[in-house]
Amino acid sequence: MSADPTLLLAQAQKITPPSIEYSSLSPLLIVFAVALIGVLVDAFATRGARRVIQPILAGGGFIAALVAVAVLHGRHAVLASGAVAIDAPTLFMQGTILVFALLSVLLVAERQLDSSGGAIVASAAITPGSKGSTAQQTSADMQTEAYPLMVFSVTGMMLFVASNNLLVMFVALEILSLPLYLLAGLARRRRLLSQEAAMKYFLLGAFSSAFFLYGVAFAYGFAGSVELGKVADAVGAVGKNDTYLYLSLALLAVGLFFKIGAAPFHSWTPDVYQGAPTPVTAFMAAGTKVAAFGALLRVFYVAFGGLRWDWRPVLWIVAILTMVVGAVLALTQRDIKRMLAYSAVAHAGFLLVGLAGTNTDGLRGSMFYLVTYGFTTIAAFAAVSLVRTSDGEASDLSQWRGLGRTSPLLAGTFSFLLLALAGIPLTSGFTGKFAVFQAAIEGDATPLVIVALVCSAIAAFFYVRVIVLMFFSEPLAEGPVVVTRPTLTFGTVGIGTAATLVLGVAPQPLLDLANTAATSGFVR
Amino acid sequence: MNPANYLILSALLFTIGTVGVLVRRNAIVVFMSIELMLNAVNLTLVTFSRINGTLDGQIMAFFVMVVAAAEVVIGLAIILSIFRTRRSASVDDVNLLKY
Repeated sequence: MSADPTLLLAQAQKITPPSIEYSSLSPLLIVFAVALIGVLVDAFATRGARRVIQPILAGGGFIAALVAVAVLHGRHAVLASGAVAIDAPTLFMQGTILVFALLSVLLVAERQLDSSGGAIVASAAITPGSKGSTAQQTSADMQTEAYPLMVFSVTGMMLFVASNNLLVMFVALEILSLPLYLLAGLARRRRLLSQEAAMKYFLLGAFSSAFFLYGVAFAYGFAGSVELGKVADAVGAVGKNDTYLYLSLALLAVGLFFKIGAAPFHSWTPDVYQGAPTPVTAFMAAGTKVAAFGALLRVFYVAFGGLRWDWRPVLWIVAILTMVVGAVLALTQRDIKRMLAYSAVAHAGFLLVGLAGTNTDGLRGSMFYLVTYGFTTIAAFAAVSLVRTSDGEASDLSQWRGLGRTSPLLAGTFSFLLLALAGIPLTSGFTGKFAVFQAAIEGDATPLVIVALVCSAIAAFFYVRVIVLMFFSEPLAEGPVVVTRPTLTFGTVGIGTAATLVLGVAPQPLLDLANTAATSGFVR
Repeated sequence: MNPANYLILSALLFTIGTVGVLVRRNAIVVFMSIELMLNAVNLTLVTFSRINGTLDGQIMAFFVMVVAAAEVVIGLAIILSIFRTRRSASVDDVNLLKY
């Protein structure tokens, strides 16, 4: 094929630049700009100044983006030539992610818990066990790159739930994951565990995103486009190659199930949750779950909505497996962070139950559940970081023995959060589970709900076991110390616990908001 | 030549990459296998671009390359830090987190 240069030039001139609606993309752009400014601050500000400027910058950026999300409400459009969809569910999830990110920034900025400078390592490059490594445990320094990394990750999360194009979704997936891989390796204490968590998260995460990407390629082969709406049109059309379609669906599902931590792709969850610094774990547990579920809902409802009778059985199996694995393996855990990680796996299963209903109520229930779960889990991880020994956090369950006698306030709060995770009435865990299970029953998924209830009962056992351990056994002689000075972490625990209580007693306003978002539906 | 052959080739490369991730023990080799998987996807994208007669697939391959480059930076940093600690890049040696 010989190319005529003038012809090529003529074609080139015909290209019109796509219009970008900057105002509708403002939440994303604000957060992205803040991340870039954060990098500059890190390059030019002095060490002491960085530690003050970075958290304020990140927090301020999240608040500004939250305002932008609120201003945009009611927007329902596909923007940037089909790359990004701004609709009610997107804005709901973006707002949720920003709130959780804000709470997590408080945790990362925490520096008062012990004599050292917070949960983030002073210098990640110093090899554990080498000469400088003991000095840096008590150093007031911290790797302030953690803030820009976190903000970049939030950008990725917000783009992930908004992407209307599978390629954009892949890029967003990487933007959200790559900073998290690094953040997982930044723990001040137990550096070896932290590095190991980072490596496992990275290798498995990259492995799963390769599957996701292969799914994108097959979607392109099937539909000739990676826009979700066009894929959906191609699903309805005849004369297409169904092999590509099913391969694409399966491979995309592998990538997304990995990110939400559903069995059998959950094996990274406990390791990473345990090894990562606790503020990062809290951020990851709440934020990534919302983002990955947002993307999962969009892919399954918008692109493959026409295939729901094909993916429903698979979803059932994955949901059952996830709930059972999460609940049963949590029983055997002796580390509190690891136990909460398996509980996160079980909760991913409960969320999939809502999706298995394949109706608007399921969408509403899932979104509501994500909010309730996020608040509770952030508060729970924050509470874990308050119980300390001279060696950092007391994350082993045996150290929590009798904590209810020595510090009843923290033990009481933590018990309340555990009961919320178990789904006891008057907590948000109950209303969330109720919303999801009700939707599943309406969507003819009653057997799934029965399994979910059994798993909830199993899960309740290990939550209650911790409560019994805290209140009905003798305190240790050399037990851990609970930090009682009012600090930033108190804010996070307080807000998370208050939200857990309020959403359990008066869930209606948020349910209405989720309902409005769900009935307005995804834009195509 | 029938473009479907390239799809088979890329599927083979992807499978080799997957098997490499699952059976190899050195973190660097595991990582190289993941890169092989990404490049297999690139071949798939370009082949589909040819089959569909649109250029989107080729553009997507560029996106994938950029993302893969970013992933290399992060991945090598993590593997390097763990190698300096343990003097080993074997994924069997990182076994503190379990059960």
